[in-house]
Amino acid sequence: MAKVSRRKFIVRSLIGGAGVLVGATYLARNPLRRQLYDLLDDPSMLAYSGDTSQPFMWFEVTRANQVILHSPKVEMGQGTFTGLVQIACDELELDISQMQIVHATSATGNIDGLSTGGSTSVAGLWQPLRELSATLREMLKAEGAKKLDVAVDQVRASAGTIIGPSGSLTYGEVVEGVTEWEVPEAPPLKDLKDYKFIGKPVSRVDLVDKVMGTPMFGMDAQMPDMLYGSVVRPSKIGAKFKGADVSKAAGMPGVVKVVQEDDFVGVVATSMTEAENAKKAIVAEWETDREWNTKDIEDMLLVGKGEAMVIQKEGDAEGELADENGSQVLRSEYKSPIGAHAQIEPNGAVAYVEADKATVMISTQVVSITRSEVAKRLGMEATQVNIVPTYLGGGFGRRLHTPNAVQAAVLSKAVGKPVKCFFSRQEEFQNDTFRPPTHHVMKGKLDANGKITAIEHQFSSGDVMFGSALLPPVVGTILGADGGAIRGGSFHYRNIPSFRAVSWRVQLPFSTSWWRSLGLLANTFAIESFMDELAELTGKDPVAFRLDHIIDDEAGMRLKQVIETARAKSGYQNTAADDRAMGFACSTDAGTPCAHVAEVSVTDGAIRVHKVTCVMDPGFAVNPDQVKAQCEGSIIMGISASLFERMYVEKSELKPIIYGPYRMALMRDAPREIDVEIINGTGVPGAVGEPPLGPIAAAIANAAYRITGKRVRELPMSVV
Amino acid sequence: MKLSLNINNRPGTVDVDGDIPLLWVIRDVLDLKGTKFGCGKAACGACTILVNGEAVRSCSYPAKMAEGKQITTIEGLGTTKNPHPVQQAWIEEIVPQCGYCQPGFMMATAALLNKHPNPSDDDIDQNIVNVCRCGTYYRMRKAIKKAAQIQADSTIQS
Repeated sequence: MAKVSRRKFIVRSLIGGAGVLVGATYLARNPLRRQLYDLLDDPSMLAYSGDTSQPFMWFEVTRANQVILHSPKVEMGQGTFTGLVQIACDELELDISQMQIVHATSATGNIDGLSTGGSTSVAGLWQPLRELSATLREMLKAEGAKKLDVAVDQVRASAGTIIGPSGSLTYGEVVEGVTEWEVPEAPPLKDLKDYKFIGKPVSRVDLVDKVMGTPMFGMDAQMPDMLYGSVVRPSKIGAKFKGADVSKAAGMPGVVKVVQEDDFVGVVATSMTEAENAKKAIVAEWETDREWNTKDIEDMLLVGKGEAMVIQKEGDAEGELADENGSQVLRSEYKSPIGAHAQIEPNGAVAYVEADKATVMISTQVVSITRSEVAKRLGMEATQVNIVPTYLGGGFGRRLHTPNAVQAAVLSKAVGKPVKCFFSRQEEFQNDTFRPPTHHVMKGKLDANGKITAIEHQFSSGDVMFGSALLPPVVGTILGADGGAIRGGSFHYRNIPSFRAVSWRVQLPFSTSWWRSLGLLANTFAIESFMDELAELTGKDPVAFRLDHIIDDEAGMRLKQVIETARAKSGYQNTAADDRAMGFACSTDAGTPCAHVAEVSVTDGAIRVHKVTCVMDPGFAVNPDQVKAQCEGSIIMGISASLFERMYVEKSELKPIIYGPYRMALMRDAPREIDVEIINGTGVPGAVGEPPLGPIAAAIANAAYRITGKRVRELPMSVV
Repeated sequence: MKLSLNINNRPGTVDVDGDIPLLWVIRDVLDLKGTKFGCGKAACGACTILVNGEAVRSCSYPAKMAEGKQITTIEGLGTTKNPHPVQQAWIEEIVPQCGYCQPGFMMATAALLNKHPNPSDDDIDQNIVNVCRCGTYYRMRKAIKKAAQIQADSTIQS
């Protein structure tokens, strides 16, 4: 049985003995930080800064035999709630239906200092949640035995009941009236094979609510006596707010108040439509220092123009590849465009600011950052601000920035009532924190046997992690390279004498940040397309060529296994047949290897993806069905980004401003077949939600090349 | 103006500006929050409802036009105890991820099945043109076909 790590447990009896709260503190390092350490290879440089004295996760057991899990992580579609319930129910001996999971509010103690993101939620909570659940189970057994008047080894826990030799008590009955609890040391955890729910395709816990249209999202939130707000947002890059003529808006129907601040102007009205109409009547003045167009951005972004940081180096790739004009060196450039999040629920919040406290209901991936930003703006202590997270109508990194919470709070304070304030779709498209565009220069050299002797990936990207509220500025100085932009930028082909990866940082004039999988999609597009280009020069099969260049360490063996499984499962062929062709690509992201085989056709210059075979090894799938769902979703989101999506800049405006012109994959663009196989390579859950986005663009490009003979090196792909 | 509306087989009167989008009457006046706002320009389909059995994007449909028509929202499609075949299929295929766009897709699917009880893949591609950012299209296609099957089976039984 697995051992329990050192962790502090906190027990509080509910008032009048009506139940018990059991929580665990987070002594383990946050997985996101752990990734930073891994990048640094020097864990001592950063200390964990979260408050370790407060529970980050806890259960509430009520007299009605309800067990409520207060989750520090938010549910944005990735299935985290279902995974957490499976884990908790197994150790706590409950049926799935006996547990309810809710978002912890900041007032009740959610101290998850960072975010929900980075494919870390289930992986990060796997150990502590099992420990917390097992601790509570043993507490209930001990107390139940006492009440049943038998020794503790005479009772067992099953389906929310403590069962003794001649009687039983529900957990609700056990907790009733108990005010003093003994917390056991190191309760035993079950073996993997004994789990009833963990590792099984349990149906989503939020499924029926979502199918019935139950109100649950930020957009659905409301408070009594609520008004509606709207904030004027700039359409141009670099626009600084100077002031506004609000004379016309003030007298518009339904307007309660026009609110002018130093940094923005907004309006509060009695309905959403009235607020929107009044906003349109506000004439805001913006100051911009220059005009921007797509060409300016592309010019800034060329490799060689920003600040360079070597992120991977073995041997002397620089020297080996120096003679670019030499016939042995292959050199290719790749590009990816600005991407929008385009999540369907716009950003917004419902805020109510009272004299000494504030409440904000919001879709956010960063509960504690949202809280501190609101508190700072209102001049309150963080403890006076309660952030009530709602289900997210899509996250994808968009909700790692929540200035909308501050704006809603300011409007509410101005009118003394709750205010609901959301972005319009145009504002979403023009005020997004975009996926940064990228530029890549790949160079490689082969020997006479068709082996790579040196390879290099130099890539330039706008900021992802840098400039984010998630990381203190000092982190940038320590790390040197942007930990988000470099995702997927290093080589997992290390059976090569010399390899080198260089990240170039460019600060763009508009906000760029986290977009699901960060740099992974673009970086893998470059590296994995280039691997096919090199393979072709050798005349070798692209899959065999890849396998030749992977070393046999643990990560390499896991990668080889997904590659070989995907090859066999898809029946990969290196030639086009019946107007269709297959393309192969793979990547390892956040420790999770993944391989895709895309089967495509090309008609009148349009690429169509008919089938994707996906093999991924996330370590251990807590819920194989939902892991598959994440693969399917990543593949389709990746197809959308690879084939269609592109923001451009025209006279300082980011465009398009609406779905349709911002072309995204629709039903007709999704593959009719997606065949996913999950490998449980380590027995410990790892990253799931982002790794399967990595290889899709390159797999498509490699397949299209087999048909057209033309190498596509720019996203979104055009083969005309 | 006073509007007589029949939403989910419940007739009633609301006093609103007849030009405002029906979406906001449904969401903020009648407090039926299952119909979602996504774009306000009829471009994403999150706000899809049924008007006399046909799919309509309510964010761009003036409220006054709804008078005298049968309006159905996701709340009127089915219930947990008695789900519509589309909802039943959505549950069986575990379609939703974030879930925000799903009511719109289910309403669009219900309208599709009204027109094409046994839709082909082309019918699905041409009629289901909402946007899902989580990329649930693959499961949705399976669910749409399953819904058609469930609907056909229940028609035979009754």
